[in-house]
Order: sequence, then structure tokens, then C-alpha cells
Amino acid sequence: MSDDLLLKIRDLHIEGRSDETWTPIINGVDLSLKRGEVLGLIGESGAGKSTLGLAAMGYTRDGVRISGGTVEFDGIDLVHASAGEKRELLGKRIAYVAQSAAASFNPAHRLIDQHAEGPVTHGVQNRSDSAEDGVELYRRLRLPNPEEIGFRYPHQVSGGQLQRAMTAMAMSCRPDLIIFDEPTTALDVTTQIEVLAAIRDIVEQFDTAAIYITHDLAVVAQMADRIKVLLRGDEVETADTRVMLDTPQEDYTKSLWAVRAFQRPTKPAVLTGAVPLVSVRDVTAGYGKTTVLRDVSFDMHDGRTVAVVGESGSGKSTAARCITGLLPPRSGEVLFRGEPLPADYRKRSRDQLRQIQMIYQMADTALNPRKKIGEIIGRPVQFYTGLTGRARRKRVEELMEQIELPAATFHDRLPSELSGGQKQRIGIARALAAEPSFIICDEVTSALDQLVAEGILKLLAELQDRLGLGYMFITHDLATVRAIADEVVVMKEGRVVEQGPKAEMFRPPHHPYTDLLLSSVPEMDPDWLDDLLEERGRANIGDAAIENMD
Amino acid sequence: MNSVVTIIAQRLALGLLTLLIVSIVIFAAVNMLPGDFAELILGQGATPEAVTAIRSDLGLDQPPVARYFTWLGGVMQGDLGNSFAQANFANFAGADVNSGLTSVADQIRPRFANTMFLALVTAAIAVPLSLTLGVLAALFRNSLFDRIANVGTLTSISSPEFFLAYVLILFLAVLNPWLPSLSNIYDGMGFGERLQRTLLPALTLTLVVTAHMMRMTRAAIINLLASPYIEMARLKGLSPMRVILRHALPNALAPIINVVALNLAYLITGVVVVEVVFVYPGIGQLFVDSVKIRDIPVVQACCLIFAAAYILLNLTADILSILSNPRLRHPK
Repeated sequence: MSDDLLLKIRDLHIEGRSDETWTPIINGVDLSLKRGEVLGLIGESGAGKSTLGLAAMGYTRDGVRISGGTVEFDGIDLVHASAGEKRELLGKRIAYVAQSAAASFNPAHRLIDQHAEGPVTHGVQNRSDSAEDGVELYRRLRLPNPEEIGFRYPHQVSGGQLQRAMTAMAMSCRPDLIIFDEPTTALDVTTQIEVLAAIRDIVEQFDTAAIYITHDLAVVAQMADRIKVLLRGDEVETADTRVMLDTPQEDYTKSLWAVRAFQRPTKPAVLTGAVPLVSVRDVTAGYGKTTVLRDVSFDMHDGRTVAVVGESGSGKSTAARCITGLLPPRSGEVLFRGEPLPADYRKRSRDQLRQIQMIYQMADTALNPRKKIGEIIGRPVQFYTGLTGRARRKRVEELMEQIELPAATFHDRLPSELSGGQKQRIGIARALAAEPSFIICDEVTSALDQLVAEGILKLLAELQDRLGLGYMFITHDLATVRAIADEVVVMKEGRVVEQGPKAEMFRPPHHPYTDLLLSSVPEMDPDWLDDLLEERGRANIGDAAIENMD
Repeated sequence: MNSVVTIIAQRLALGLLTLLIVSIVIFAAVNMLPGDFAELILGQGATPEAVTAIRSDLGLDQPPVARYFTWLGGVMQGDLGNSFAQANFANFAGADVNSGLTSVADQIRPRFANTMFLALVTAAIAVPLSLTLGVLAALFRNSLFDRIANVGTLTSISSPEFFLAYVLILFLAVLNPWLPSLSNIYDGMGFGERLQRTLLPALTLTLVVTAHMMRMTRAAIINLLASPYIEMARLKGLSPMRVILRHALPNALAPIINVVALNLAYLITGVVVVEVVFVYPGIGQLFVDSVKIRDIPVVQACCLIFAAAYILLNLTADILSILSNPRLRHPK
């Protein structure tokens, strides 16, 4: 029976080089894939999903090596195959779809040229046949203007369209196997759904086998026939999708399933007439000639969380920049406890600056890599509260206790020695060091794995209850909104399209855009995508749906 | 395309402004040179009256600011002034001062043409050579070839130019008399012969400029090899050569173009040592001779030409690197 298998991986060991030693990344994983089957590979970052996916192509990145085990594709031993033999297969019989299509298309060449490169190199088709076939694939993947889009350069095409063009490119030689490496992770929910539907249809049409790598359970539930869960290079369990969703066996899998259960109790409504902590009034702002925000108004109160949601480019982060004074608005104003704040942060007093702090999405880049943790937190302590020497040290230790990282261990470490979640905690401590009353959290959990993200959300909630902080929580993830928001502001193309208490927002009737956002969030039900497509029709999802709305 | 035109227009205007500032610096610097032409030419017989006569003849008695604007006005109209030395010589010979041969432009023109010829021959050898070496070094990085190419070019750039010149003369002119060791070219010489006589200095200069360009090509390409689109190209089963030529090189052009431009500018302005060794009648020799006798108009004109060459080449490099960016060539 095993001859039926397209891909057979047995006892695979992979190691990565760090500091002159080889550390294991994959410890003896088995994987089998039949023709036409879709296997979902799921796990947190660092679980070895991508490494395993690439190894299925016989490819390892620089500084990574296969140290044991076998990878057999259709009877060909990929571990011992020569580079030339592997080149014969790559692109032709095994193709790859990367996470970021924008980075994985060569910026210097037109899409169709990159599309036709594989078939021409492998002698499958000549240039013009392949270009014609590309147009046909673009049409099947429901790209707008399939005849013309291929003549564009990657930067002229949106992210969701690029991701579909890359799927078309992977299909160009009609491979037996495609590795999808987190193809929708970088996309907005409304765009993601389009790409998911397109990928699933085309894989079905050509009966292509696929390995679908993701960290999003709801996505994998739509795409895969079987699911394999990985944890730090080990397999946790494998089962058919429905079995896995209904009756997960291992504790780790159950914990993944349980993440979305975190929810804060609903708070009583804001008293009418209460002075808002921060209030944005009729703000219009932009960069250069482009206007990003148009007449935006909303209020935020002490001890409450306002979630600002919307797609990328909707003006969420620009609103935050106006509040902090980094981008003075063209018109309108920002009030703090009823008093207007100077538009430019340079004109604000130190106390005004102290009151409003920020936590950033990428903790990696927001922390100075050459400064020790103690200094990163100590600097705002000294700047805003004037504490020095032993008093400063004591305050830093207090703050580190609040973020649950013991100062004894972490005070003298560098950011590079911390995990993603720990770095984000340092970002929180740095914001708290100023003793603010209002914190802007800009996508603080979107770069983190679900379990880690949940830890951060719980910490933020606790701090809010203890210190009475007001949060402006910028996110595009509606699950996060559900978990922590008190009020919700929905933004689209620089305008507020809907705002109100969370309970109202999640209860119909919605503004059509809110409705689209809500219904585009994948659910754990494996039939969710089918049901949705049936309900709404294929022509009414993603960008098309937004256009239909206008 | 509009944005590209705007950017190019801005760069051109900035280039002109730079040239104007450079002209001030040149004028000030040349005027700070110790000694003056009148005293030097008169030597022992420099009576105060004779010195004053020559100085007023040449306009050296005017205040510096006035002299600067007279000079600048002339330059704007394409008149670089008259050479002191030639004018003096003409005076003694009783010829008309304005008879033509005394003008700086006439003196510089043939020399500059020779220098350009040498630079072009060198560029024609050095640029393709270093780009090829750079691409191959990137392709076979950390191999024996890569190391030999690196060590070889580094050795040649680290050696003094005159030393390289003598080594080449030793091997290519003395031990194996293939090329002439003297490059005394003159007007009316056939192209073939001219090329043959220019080859030895051109090879010397090639050895000097290859290292920069080759190493930048190699580094710029290797820098991109970790990009996702290079990984994608590899995963499409393309050959390593194609990955580098078609996927890495087009995106690595900007830094390479800049280094090529800097080296070309050096070929025009920095070759005096090589000219002297091979007795090549280029602008570098004229420049040094003019400094020796404080022939201010010639020195100023040479400096201005050097500055213009630098600015023009860098400007071209800027514009080419902008054009190598598809985001600017094909806006959304």
C-alpha cells in the first residue's frame, strides 16, 4: 500500500547551526501524503513547520541540514539526490507558495515573466503557451483583469492578488505536490477568505497534493483533509480534520483549541456626561497629498479598552500617530481629560507626554538591541519620574514584577536573549514606567503565537483593573476584540463606519462593512468556508464584496 | 514617469549648484597657493617694477572677488581665460596675445581628449572584467576561485600605481617586447597604433580599479541571496547561474553602478602618476606642470573639469540607479 504514497518522510532529523553548534529543529518526524491529499501542518513559531515543509522539497536553508532519516518523493530519495536531480523536480513536480508574496516575487520582473520561467526552464511549455496558460490560471483564481495583470510588476498588485498569482505560478507546471507556507498569514481577513477559496478550488480541480502550513487552526480546518500538530520539532498527533477538531487526544492540542475561550466580563456602560480620558474630535490627517483620516471622532474612558479595527490602510495607526502628536492633524483636535493637547508632540509638556504611552507591534524592532533590559525600562523611569540610582533600580524591579519577569534573571539581559512574548512584556513595562493613564497598543499580539498572545492579553487586562488604565487597542483580529474590548470603533478608508459597546457590535444588525469583517473570520467548523461561499456567492467575498458595498 | 523626470531635474539642478560651490572652493584654494607667477617667471631679475608690470598685465592686481567674478563670467561663456605661461611666451616672441594658442581651452583640449581616450580604453577592459569576476565570485562564493580573485584584486589595489606600472613594463615590454613602454601619442596617429601605445597604461589602471568594482558586485549580489525571492527562484528549480544573473543582479545594480561611476571618475582625474610613468600626454601632466609654475588659469580650468567630471559621473550613476528601480520606472 505504501507505494501509493506520493511523499514518504521517515524518522526525519534536521539540525540548525547556532553559535558553532548544531541544535535539533526536527526530531524524528514521519509524514505520509497520498496523491491529491491535503495535509495541514500546524504549530507555533519555532515548531519546525516551515523547515519540515521545505525538507519535503529536499531543500534546507543556509545553516540547516538534514542529519538523519529519509524523504522520498514518488520513489526518489531527496536526501541523497544531487543538486541537479533536485532541480529537475523543483518547480516542475513540487512547487512552493511562500508566506509573503510581496517579498517572494522578484521586484525587477513582470508577473507573467516570472510565471513562465519555470515551464520554459523545465521544458514543459514554450514562453507563449505558458503565458497563455498563466492567463487561464489567473482567471480560474478569480484575479481581476486576468489578461492584463500578468504584465504588471509585483509592486503594482495588491497583497491578496499577488498571493493568488503566486499560487498560479506554483501551478504553472501542474506539479504533483505544492507546499503552502502560511500563504494567508500576512493578509487581512476579507482578503484571506478570497485566497483560501481560490487555493482550495484550484488544488481540487487539478487534484494536486498539498502540505498546508499555518498557525491558524480555523484556516487549516477549511483547507486540510488531515492535520498534523507539531511542537518544538516533535509530532504531537495526526488525525483526519474532523476527528482532530471533535476529539483532540493530546493536552497540547486541546490547549490550542481552548485559546479562543478567553473573554473579559462585560463592564457597565460609561456614565453619561463623564469626561473622556482621551477624545478625538473631527480629526483629518494625512501624509503629503494623500488624506488618510477624514473627520474621525471617538472617545476613550478611564479603565476601559477601545478596540479600533479595520483592514490595513484603514487609518488605525494614523489615528494613533495623531493622538501621540507624531503626526499633527490638518484639522480637528485631540482632548485629554477635556483639555486640548498641542498637535505636535514637541509642543507638549513632559507631563502631557507622560500620560500617553505606546506599545508597538514588533517588539523586536521597538527595543534597542544593544541596551540591557534594566536600562530599557530604567530610562523612561528616570526621564519621567526623576528617580535615579537605587530608587530607580527599585522602581525597575517593581515594574518587572508587574510584567511577571523576575528582575534577578532578566535585568542584565539583552533583548536578543528573550522570546517574542517576553520582549512584548518588556515593551509593556517600558510604557508603564512613565506611569501613564492611557496606553495605545498597536497590534501588540499579532506577531505572537496564540498561547503567548493570550498571556499578553491577560496581563494587559490585569494591569488595567489594577491601575485603571485606558487602552486604545489597534487590531485587525476580531477574536482579540471579542476577548478584551469594552467599546469598538470600526474604520474603513479613513472613516469611522460604526462605533459602540462591544456587545452591540457583535449583535446584528451591523453596518455592511462590519458584517463583512465579522463573517470573514474563519471558524473552526470545517464546513464554514463552503457554507459561507454558498450563502454569499463566490463573487461576493473579499475585495469584490467591498466594491459591491460602495 | 513624471516622478522620474522630476527627480532627474532636481539632481541636475543640485549638480549645477555643487559645481558653482566647487568653483568658489577652487578659486580660493588656488589663490592661497604660495608664491606667484610674476616672481617665479622673473626669477633673479624680479625687480618690484617688473613684478608690478606683469601682475597688472595679467590682472593679478585686482581684488580676489573681482577676479573671481571675471573668471566665472568667462567660464559661463565658455572662455576659460588665457594661460599665463603661454601669454608671456607670446609676449616675448612679439606675437598677439589673443592669437589663439595662448587660450587655456586650446591648451587643455588635446590633453583632455587623450585622457578621455585612456579612460575609455581602461573602462572597456575593467568594467566587464570586474563585473564578470564579481558575478563568478558570488556564484562560487568561498571557493578557491573566489579567494584567488579577492586576494589578487586586493593585492593589485594595495600596491602603488607606479610599482604596478613598472611590473607591467618589466613583463610586457622588457622581458617580452609585446607593447611599447612609452606612450607618446600625438595627433594624426592611426587608431590601431594609438590603441597599442595606450594599452600598457590602461592595463595598469585596470589593475587599480578592478578590485572595488568586483568586490562591490560580489557583495551586492551575496547580500540579496537571503531574500525570499531568491529562495523562490531556487525552489522553482532554476540553475544557480540563472538565479544570480536574472534574479539577483537586476536588483543589485544600484550599488554597483555607483562604484563603477566613482572609479570612472578616478580614471579621468587621478591618473597623473601613471601618465608620468608612461610619458602619456594627458591632462594630469599638464595640471602638475601648471601648478609648478603657478599658471593659475590652467590650474583652475583643470580643477573645474575634474570637478565637473566627478559631478557628472555621480549624477549619471544616481539617475541610472533610480532608473534601475522598477517602482520608479513603473509607478502604480
